[in-house]
Amino acid sequence: MPKLTLGPVLYNWPTEQKRDFYFKIADEAPMDVVYVGEVTCSKRTPFFAPFIPEICERLERAGKEVVLSSLALVMSPRERKELNELAADGLWQIEANDLSAINLLQDKPHIVGPFVNAYNEGTLEYLYKKGASRIALACELPGTTITELAAAANGRELEVQVFGRLPLALSARCYHARSHGLSKDGCQYVCEKDPDGMEVATLDGTPFLAVNGTHTMSYTVNSLLGELASLQASGITHFRLWPHDEDMISIASIFRRALDGEEDIERSLSVLQELVSFAPISNGFYHATEGFRMIE
Amino acid sequence: MELVCPAGTPAALTAALDAGADVVYVGFRDETNARNFPGLNFSPEELEEAVIRAHAMGREVYVAINTYPEAGNQAPWHRAVDAAARIKVDAVILADIGLLEYTASNYPQLRRHLSVQASASNPEAINFYRTAFGVQRVVLPRVLTIPEITSLIEEIEVETEVFAFGGMCVMAEGRCSLSSYVTGKSPNMNGVCSPASHVDYEQRGRKLVSKLGSYTINAYADNEPAGYPTLCKGRFIGHDGKPSYLFEEPTSLNVMGVLPELIKTGVKALKIEGRQRGKAYVSQVVSSYRRAIDAALNGEAVPEIDLGAITEGTRSTTGAYGKSWR
Repeated sequence: MPKLTLGPVLYNWPTEQKRDFYFKIADEAPMDVVYVGEVTCSKRTPFFAPFIPEICERLERAGKEVVLSSLALVMSPRERKELNELAADGLWQIEANDLSAINLLQDKPHIVGPFVNAYNEGTLEYLYKKGASRIALACELPGTTITELAAAANGRELEVQVFGRLPLALSARCYHARSHGLSKDGCQYVCEKDPDGMEVATLDGTPFLAVNGTHTMSYTVNSLLGELASLQASGITHFRLWPHDEDMISIASIFRRALDGEEDIERSLSVLQELVSFAPISNGFYHATEGFRMIE
Repeated sequence: MELVCPAGTPAALTAALDAGADVVYVGFRDETNARNFPGLNFSPEELEEAVIRAHAMGREVYVAINTYPEAGNQAPWHRAVDAAARIKVDAVILADIGLLEYTASNYPQLRRHLSVQASASNPEAINFYRTAFGVQRVVLPRVLTIPEITSLIEEIEVETEVFAFGGMCVMAEGRCSLSSYVTGKSPNMNGVCSPASHVDYEQRGRKLVSKLGSYTINAYADNEPAGYPTLCKGRFIGHDGKPSYLFEEPTSLNVMGVLPELIKTGVKALKIEGRQRGKAYVSQVVSSYRRAIDAALNGEAVPEIDLGAITEGTRSTTGAYGKSWR
């Protein structure tokens, strides 16, 4: 059975909004797996951390598999301390988004997140050997590569990002703060103003990218709704939606029905585009071309 | 302190050696390295000659095989490692876990360095590569401050190499898909970023517009020098509707001003970026850094050397090494 997963919220949503979002997911969304945790910026962690146990318990009670996601770019002593604590705490499974986390988790089952580069069979095999129970693939990999990797996985769990703005780049520098003339240390959490990222346009006014603190996202919203059948046929087991400040229950339902083969894909694509109000959908990476393109 | 210098051609390699490079690093002429540009890099035969020449001078040659092997087509990367081992280069610079494992198990005697493209930015990650694959040196990502480098070195058992001069990624290297989003070609898979094949310049009225793929990266008024449209170093419009260098100015990294502090951290090697550069550039940068390092190591003041004319956008920055990114 193909599993639908919800990646961690990558944006800086107000704590209460985020908590209520997860409660709603627990109660209503057709997800099999839910990832929770701060991946983007460790400065956001203290606000949400106290709510995580309650959220995880509620998700688990609702029958979801719960995974705690780790920070993608780990540098400071505080970030390292938090990662060590997360790895030592065995309550829930952990998604490792940096090699530091893989190092700390290598004797325990864990999930390798999409911020770790697994581009070929050699790397995939090594990561499984070191305890990965599932590997989530990077967003830029084309369908041909995904097919090769799924064949190499040979029934072991492999996850692909099928919905949402794609995390294209990480940096030590915060572009949200920079664009507001602030330093990273004194950022005033301006990233909270943009629940789906801050739009970045070219000088002609053409929408280009979206900024989410230290992460740079695609402007377009990745959708592999039309490619789900091929992905399933090739052996992909898990399908990840990235949370957006939209009707995620309806969006998840579309993907769920499509995975179950019950959907008229062409109609669902237009419904999906209506539900995603802030940007056009795209699937270019899958088709080995520019990521922003939509190949029909 | 080792000075590690780039060479994209045998002529640049000679220039680097003559200018005082301790080590020259090169790549093979294919997608196995992160500077896969037309007309650049070495055939195995050219590499063999280069190694003989460098060794005769008591210098070393490293080979960067630092893109990520393609699924279903790992052979070119394996062949590159095989060739480097056969030619007896002094080290290979690798990023991919699978390729590190291949190299460690097939050529345990071949010295392995971790490429900046692996983005290992903390002791836990670096020690993983040390334990798993016997990596002997890490090229540090350009995201760390000088105090962070100092404390990191205390916690790891491998040598460190840091970038000193040249083009600078503002994103974590090896974890950036901006180029493939815009052009379909990526550093990790194709060894290119913002490739020249996708660059275009367009005169619009009095403005010269630089483009990458279908996107405008910058526009220059009369007499303003136009730069190469590296996509993270263009002018864009953010929340306030005003054009700005939203990610990074078109600058080059230059650590000359903080050289004594950087040496004090305990780094083993300083690296010059620019395998795509000509021999004149290589010669000028390498000889300047040779003089500066020698002065600093002798406890003398670092000579004031103006490399402004050859830096990107004629401006330079100490990047993340300074605290300005915080």
